[in-house]
Amino acid sequence: MRTQNTLFQGEQVSVALKQSFIKLHPRQLIRNPVMFTVEIGTFVMLIVSIYSLTNKGQGSFGYNFTVFIVLLLTVLFANFAEAIAEARGKAQAESLRKTREETPARLLVNGKETRVMSSQLKKGDVFICEAGDNIPTDGEIIEGIATIDESAITGESAPVIRESGGDKSSVTGGTKVLSDRIKVMVTTQPGESFLDKMIALVEGASRQKTPNEIALTILLAGFTLIFVIVCVTLKPFADYANTPITIAAFISLFVCLIPTTIGGLLSAIGIAGMDRALRANVITKSGKAVETAGDLDTLLLDKTGTITIGNRKATSFYPAKGISEESFVIACVLSSLADETPEGKSIVELANQSKTAPSIIAPKDSVFIKFTAETRSSGLDTPNGLRVRKGAFDSIRNIAIKAGHQFPIEVEDNVKKISSNGGTPLVVSQNEQILGVIELQDIIKPGIAERFERLRKMGVKTVMVTGDNPLTAKFIAEKAGVDDFIAEAKPEDKMNYIKAEQQGGKLVAMMGDGTNDAPALAQADVGVAMNSGTQAAKEAGNMVDLDNDPTKLIEIVEIGKQLLMTRGTLTTFSIANDVAKYFAIVPALFMVSIPALKALNIMDLHSPQSAILSAVIFNAIIIPLLIPLALRGVEYKPIGASALLRRNLLIYGLGGVLIPFVGIKLIDMLVAIFI
Amino acid sequence: MNTEISGVIFTYLLTLAIAIPLGIYIARMFGGQETWLDFMAPVERFIFRFSGIDTRKEMNWKQHMLALLTINSVWLFYAFFCLLYQAHLPLNPDGNPNQTPDLAFNTAISFVVNCNLQDYSGESGATYFTQHFVIMFLQFVSAATGIAALFVLFKAFRDKVTDKLGNFWDFFVKSITRILLPLSVVMAIILAFNGTPTSYKAKDTFITLQGDTAHVSRGPAAAMIAIKHLGTNGGGWFGANSAHPLENPNYLTNTVELVAQTIIPIALVFALGFYLKKKKFAYVMFSVMTIGMLMLLIPTMNAEINGSPAIARMGISQPTGSMEGKEVRFGPANTAYWNIITTVISTGSVNSMHDSAMPVPGFMMMMAMMTNCFYGGCGVGILNFYIFIIIAVFISGLMVGRTPEFFGRKIEAREMKIASIIALLHPFIILVGTAISSYVLVHMPNADWAVKPSAWLNNPSFHGFSEMLYQYTSSAANNGSGFEGLGDNNIFWNVSAGFVLLFGRFLPIIGPVAIAGILANKKFIPESAGTLKSDTSTFGIMVFAVILIVAALSFFPALALGPIAEHFSLK
Repeated sequence: MRTQNTLFQGEQVSVALKQSFIKLHPRQLIRNPVMFTVEIGTFVMLIVSIYSLTNKGQGSFGYNFTVFIVLLLTVLFANFAEAIAEARGKAQAESLRKTREETPARLLVNGKETRVMSSQLKKGDVFICEAGDNIPTDGEIIEGIATIDESAITGESAPVIRESGGDKSSVTGGTKVLSDRIKVMVTTQPGESFLDKMIALVEGASRQKTPNEIALTILLAGFTLIFVIVCVTLKPFADYANTPITIAAFISLFVCLIPTTIGGLLSAIGIAGMDRALRANVITKSGKAVETAGDLDTLLLDKTGTITIGNRKATSFYPAKGISEESFVIACVLSSLADETPEGKSIVELANQSKTAPSIIAPKDSVFIKFTAETRSSGLDTPNGLRVRKGAFDSIRNIAIKAGHQFPIEVEDNVKKISSNGGTPLVVSQNEQILGVIELQDIIKPGIAERFERLRKMGVKTVMVTGDNPLTAKFIAEKAGVDDFIAEAKPEDKMNYIKAEQQGGKLVAMMGDGTNDAPALAQADVGVAMNSGTQAAKEAGNMVDLDNDPTKLIEIVEIGKQLLMTRGTLTTFSIANDVAKYFAIVPALFMVSIPALKALNIMDLHSPQSAILSAVIFNAIIIPLLIPLALRGVEYKPIGASALLRRNLLIYGLGGVLIPFVGIKLIDMLVAIFI
Repeated sequence: MNTEISGVIFTYLLTLAIAIPLGIYIARMFGGQETWLDFMAPVERFIFRFSGIDTRKEMNWKQHMLALLTINSVWLFYAFFCLLYQAHLPLNPDGNPNQTPDLAFNTAISFVVNCNLQDYSGESGATYFTQHFVIMFLQFVSAATGIAALFVLFKAFRDKVTDKLGNFWDFFVKSITRILLPLSVVMAIILAFNGTPTSYKAKDTFITLQGDTAHVSRGPAAAMIAIKHLGTNGGGWFGANSAHPLENPNYLTNTVELVAQTIIPIALVFALGFYLKKKKFAYVMFSVMTIGMLMLLIPTMNAEINGSPAIARMGISQPTGSMEGKEVRFGPANTAYWNIITTVISTGSVNSMHDSAMPVPGFMMMMAMMTNCFYGGCGVGILNFYIFIIIAVFISGLMVGRTPEFFGRKIEAREMKIASIIALLHPFIILVGTAISSYVLVHMPNADWAVKPSAWLNNPSFHGFSEMLYQYTSSAANNGSGFEGLGDNNIFWNVSAGFVLLFGRFLPIIGPVAIAGILANKKFIPESAGTLKSDTSTFGIMVFAVILIVAALSFFPALALGPIAEHFSLK
């Protein structure tokens, strides 16, 4: 189901072709005022063509009919653009949906298991899945733990663990249970899952225009109205100048001047934006969310898993004065043997690498002391009376001082040094005497600093959220290149930070998975919930990331920016085109009765009729030519707003002025052969 | 370089030398800082107490516009009735008659809206009373209205998130007492000393060398000619406006009048920079306006200095350029500069007959009024420019992938709606007006009006079309200059132009102020690296392109049938 690389696929094209005709219905087309006026013009031309069969004065039937056909094509091309965008988006969503269709489900009713089809499951039903079963629909684990293969959705082959309670309790329809047995409660009504919503969004029934799209439509309607006035008032002007103008010429002038290019591609651009998000494996709940993403000012990111590779690792041992490195390492290993946390394991790993360390096993009948929140230390007591402990600086110091021992100054210095370097110090004691300190370090993901730099150039501020103390947080923040951090963060801190930023007028995005993230996800302007997260989190956010990839936000921001840019550049292109079209049509209108205006025919077009035809033909074919650009989006480059404007103004503004001169001239040379 | 052109450059530099300090002064004055004109405060306090105005009461944009419209409609009625019955009012030594209702309608509107289109001639169509207490009075208050409206806009961008935008009456009264009145006094004195009449006596008479008796109109003209320029009004005391030897006696007064009409519009651009502490933005705005003005000026000067190809074909050399309709004391280069200055700025006073200008200058003057924002009128020029900024901000914001924002405020559907309507309005009233008049001319040539439509135009063909197009363009732009050669004192032109004047004035004031008021109430978004800066040359180019495209695209066909066709058929 991964991205298809070709823009047009046979099946989609044929669906879109059919749709282009269905969309000719005025009721559908009126949503797009620009194209609607073109349709009216087309209709008038049809009548004029029929009229010209028997009457004179409006030019030949062939000419009028050609104009009619070209105008009809203009509308069809615009419809096709919208239809192909819809078809692509739908195909993408369907391929996701197919994975979950009609799998048998083991429904639990009053403790008894019955087999039903997945489509019969309702919200609140409970079903069972065992190793080898496909999960029939979205739900939340209420009992058990299981490893699950989510590759059908995410494309990631490594299985993930999902368990009841906590933040990883959500399962998605279409994924496969690899081990164990879970009880799952259905969380969505049939037909109301995120994917269903997404498909509806793409299909147009529930597709609402975003505020930005509305504003642009107003501007385009404004331009359309100006040209209505220009064309209508031209009639009395021409009467004054004794210049008869045919209806075909009036309508051609009008259609060429109104921004048909952007008008025809506008909805395709919007759909393609959502489609691109979907291709990045992000389900958006509205088009607005994608657009907002382009405007983000602040990004809240969890440290663990996003900025750093999951867990801290031991990096060095610092024995106290008078303690040999070897005996210190032995004590460290002893204290960590029973420690199943990644930190504990990394201590043993590090010890194994150092040459001094023999392989150590815990003496028989040793008592393992587990880590608790109160003691904040762990370790082991051996039968021969050895008590080894490791833990946070202050808790071990308390143990030592209580037993009447001194806390060595050089160890304390090391502790401070480690903290200020962003590491976590673990102090080790043996029989209440301080042996030394172990340094644990966070490992920052490779390449993450560059991504933050890219965000900074886009104008997005990154904020790291971590439970670490401020000193450690600051060090990592600097090393990873984030702009700000929230240390010792509690869930409500995220919320407060978001609110404070929003107070200052900023748009904030965050990513979260836990139920306690839900309020903040709802508060954020763009809340991206991980697919692995709880149902509450998914409901609260306005996007769901199927890959559970916290760095996905960066892609989302770019997709949002691309969406706006594509609209802006094509609007500019469309309006800039008018200059050349004027120079084609205006001389064509007046040349015969006012020979002086031949001077305006700077393209040296063959005849008035060929000039008008080439202008409308150019106007029509530019739409399909730009469909690939509308679907792919204009490339975003983080080079600063002014530089970007300069670049786009040069390409689409100046290009938009020049290209039609060449295009119309070429078409005219072709048309001249037939006339 | 030839003296004529250096004279023009000198005049422009002199304008800047006065306008920049004036801009700083205006910013300080409205910013509530001390200025050396603070001695006017008691006068203002008296006016406020007398009118029962509490200037501490701040208004939102709607209240501002309500105040503006209310007082303007009062003036409209006042002016209409005074003109209608002027023969019976005092100060009428020449015994001039009442204005007809349609003329009074046109004149009253024309002066209320700062346009000063004159379908009458000052010598015979008005009395000293109406010249003084209607026309000159309106020249002050209409200019002050524009400045006050602009300051609502400034205020909206200075404070963060507010709907309190100062007090309209405060802005309005201070515009008169602190800007217009003091400058007018200085200028009127200069004019009076150079020979402009300042007298309440009736027409003077003298016996010419040929033995004929000649009548010379006069009156207290110097005072009016000062505010006519400073307030970008343009309505002359005499029918021939500043081409009249008494209204504009010599090169010095000509320079003074040129400088006077330009300083306040330019000063307001700098005032924006100082008041909002966005100097760079003001410089960008000033550059765009200046480049626009130069692009209109250079072809105009070139065409006038080189003279007419039609005359050249007859084998007549034109060493002084095209002199038809021009004053010998000013020459073609200076006249060309005046042509463009009076049309980019909505003054509309003339020191030559625009009807006699070459086709290219005619084209450029109409373009100047169609864009109507390269400096533009007192206050309203920037308001017009602002609409183009909003459209430019919107399109370029999209082009850089960010919801468009201006000065930290998001531009959304509602603002776009207003901006589109206002941008649309200008071509709408000009084109529809011209279309109706063309229709009437073609289909009802013998309608029974004071001037039959068939006799409206002094010139046939393209030039005649330009005369009609120019009249509505001038009305819509609140410019007031006439192409002349148009028989405009009849019910059709008086009434149709009257409505164009009204639409062309108040909607383009309300629209920008409304946008500013709505934006001022929006959340303020601090700038980031992704924000498109509005004080860069790139953005300047964008605004320029938008102005050019909107104006050029909507008027191109009409211009093609007027000056463009005339130009090419002359070649």
